[in-house]
Amino acid sequence: MSNQHNKGISRRSLIKGAGAAAGLAAAGSIVPSRFAMAAAHGNKAPVKVGILLPYSGTYAMLGNSITDAMKLRIAAAGDMLGGRPVEYVAIDSEMSVPKAPQNTSKLVDKDQVDILVGPVHSGIAAAMAKIVGKRKQPIMIVPNAGSNAVTGPLCAPNIFRTSFSNWQPAYPGGTQMAKDGHKTCVTIAWKYAAGRQMMDAGADAFTKGGGKVIKDIEVPFPDVEFQAFLSEIAALKPDAVFAFFSGGGATKFLKDYAAAGLKSIPLYGPGFLTEGVAKAAGEAAEGVRTTLHYSADLDNPSNVAFRTAYEKATGRVANVFAVQGYDAGSLIVQAMAAVRGDTGATADIISAMENANFIDSPRGPWKMSKAHNPIQNIYLREVRSGAQKFLGVAAEGLEDPATGCKMA
Amino acid sequence: MDFTSFLIQLLNSVQYGFLLFLVASGLTLVFGIMGIINLAHGAFYMFGAYIVWWLFGFTESLTLSILLGVPLIMLLGLAIERLAIAHLYQRDHLYQVLLTFGMILVLNECQKIFWGTDFYSVPVPEVLSGSIPLTENQVYPVYRVFISIVCMLIAAGMYLLIQKTRLGMTIRAGASNREMVQALGVNINWVFAVVFSLGAGLAGFAGMIGAPVSSVYPGMGDQILIISFVVVVIGGIGSIKGAFIGAMLIGLADTFGKVLVPDFASMAVYATMAVILLWRPQGLFGQSAH
Repeated sequence: MSNQHNKGISRRSLIKGAGAAAGLAAAGSIVPSRFAMAAAHGNKAPVKVGILLPYSGTYAMLGNSITDAMKLRIAAAGDMLGGRPVEYVAIDSEMSVPKAPQNTSKLVDKDQVDILVGPVHSGIAAAMAKIVGKRKQPIMIVPNAGSNAVTGPLCAPNIFRTSFSNWQPAYPGGTQMAKDGHKTCVTIAWKYAAGRQMMDAGADAFTKGGGKVIKDIEVPFPDVEFQAFLSEIAALKPDAVFAFFSGGGATKFLKDYAAAGLKSIPLYGPGFLTEGVAKAAGEAAEGVRTTLHYSADLDNPSNVAFRTAYEKATGRVANVFAVQGYDAGSLIVQAMAAVRGDTGATADIISAMENANFIDSPRGPWKMSKAHNPIQNIYLREVRSGAQKFLGVAAEGLEDPATGCKMA
Repeated sequence: MDFTSFLIQLLNSVQYGFLLFLVASGLTLVFGIMGIINLAHGAFYMFGAYIVWWLFGFTESLTLSILLGVPLIMLLGLAIERLAIAHLYQRDHLYQVLLTFGMILVLNECQKIFWGTDFYSVPVPEVLSGSIPLTENQVYPVYRVFISIVCMLIAAGMYLLIQKTRLGMTIRAGASNREMVQALGVNINWVFAVVFSLGAGLAGFAGMIGAPVSSVYPGMGDQILIISFVVVVIGGIGSIKGAFIGAMLIGLADTFGKVLVPDFASMAVYATMAVILLWRPQGLFGQSAH
């Protein structure tokens, strides 16, 4: 039954609204087009860098860190790539694997980006790599997602990675656990590509070091209700626990682990367990040993300069995700300089990227492998007094086996 | 699984059930009693957590932050109700879904603008930060027990309010037949505004009191929204007792699902819902013809 006091949309206001909309559309058509704006820059069309990263949800911090650091690096080159201005087109991936194909398609087909940067999530990376690898263009740079497949079976000449493969930071973690004298362990991680690959790598290394994995626990992704699993771990009484979580989930896991009184069982994991969350987790993160291709307190001059610049530009403290984004920016700047801004010279860009110079990366010197993944040092870190402390190099110049990659 | 482990997991289930009821209580009130589909319920929960973290920065006290924060959330709920939802009472549920879905997007963006995308932490108050030893290497945090006690109080309070007070009677009457209640001289608009703010306040309170346990991060409301709806639907629309039982059932299904059938753990909750709805489509304690 309709309420006669309800004001619906009257015909008059509908016409007014339509008129306003038409006026706006007309005004919009005289806003300078992409090439008109380029003329203002001296006849140089901008290089379009497409970004597909999470800006919402539990991984939002990662998306922002990578973006800000990449833009910082490109700004340090004067915001010019090979003499051309840069234009960013960013889409929030929302960590949604089902939306990945349409998001990727929007950037490469509709927006026609010259370089595609992303994603954070390993599942999305696999989806993107399938599309971009098949088309052989544009150049895709993965600034985080560790999916082994991206530089494995799905590797392609136009796909590069400046972060890590899931195997890389996890394998030395398993070795370290065995080295520290632990004989039995329980592995626990989210049930998705990254979790599975990291746990497999850590378990493999631990077993090779003489240990035994007594149980492998898979937590539905992105469930953060860990109580049932923590009780299971307590009942099993392992020597150590090897865990992978990231972002908000990592904070909660660390706190729940400590609150359940499990601190007597040493906790290990790939560095993401404590990266960027040590402060929020507080006491709960004390003593947790992790292995990662970066540590905040590395004292090489590039790292010191980078951390200062990043904090000045964003007001936040730098983390491994920012370093990966920074190196992605460095890769783009170097490649574009080498081809003098010619985004059509794909083969030359690929060659430039394969030989790019990362001697001065904040994480220490590294280089691209044949599968287009970093060959880098993995560091051992421990959280002491609320801060990440670098203990030493866990693995030097570690190269991902790149099983299944035709280029390796 | 030995008997001790079984008991500990049972304790986990019950504790999780209490937490779920606390989180779903606001939704039970608004959806169950008023029939408004409030998808923004999770957003109120998230806002509560962020507000308590923000206030904690000034007050250094969780209690004070909660006491100041709950009225803020209730005001937010009142504003949304008066400005937006009040226009849709006579319309189809679909309009409410559209509006409150839009509210989720707006509130999520506001959260990012006000407080950024980092994850934050609120410490457990000193007096509640101890642990109760259960076995030689497992302890139970006192704070979680405290949350369960608070939930029980809220459940009892809600039940008393709806069933035993005059306001509760007016609410139930207004939910059944709005025009009649208006004709009898009650300002039903004011009553519904109060109930909606109460629902929003409960959601916000759940976020606040859960903040030390769950940590505060973007998107934290989206996960609990779905499970809140599951709880309310299983329990039966319009029944607080049903929501309570529903929450306990989900707590059991989730916890034992993770331990007994880990490969299907993510399905356990929804499988339970499917089974219950097949057996009783109106929920456990819902009225057959609403």
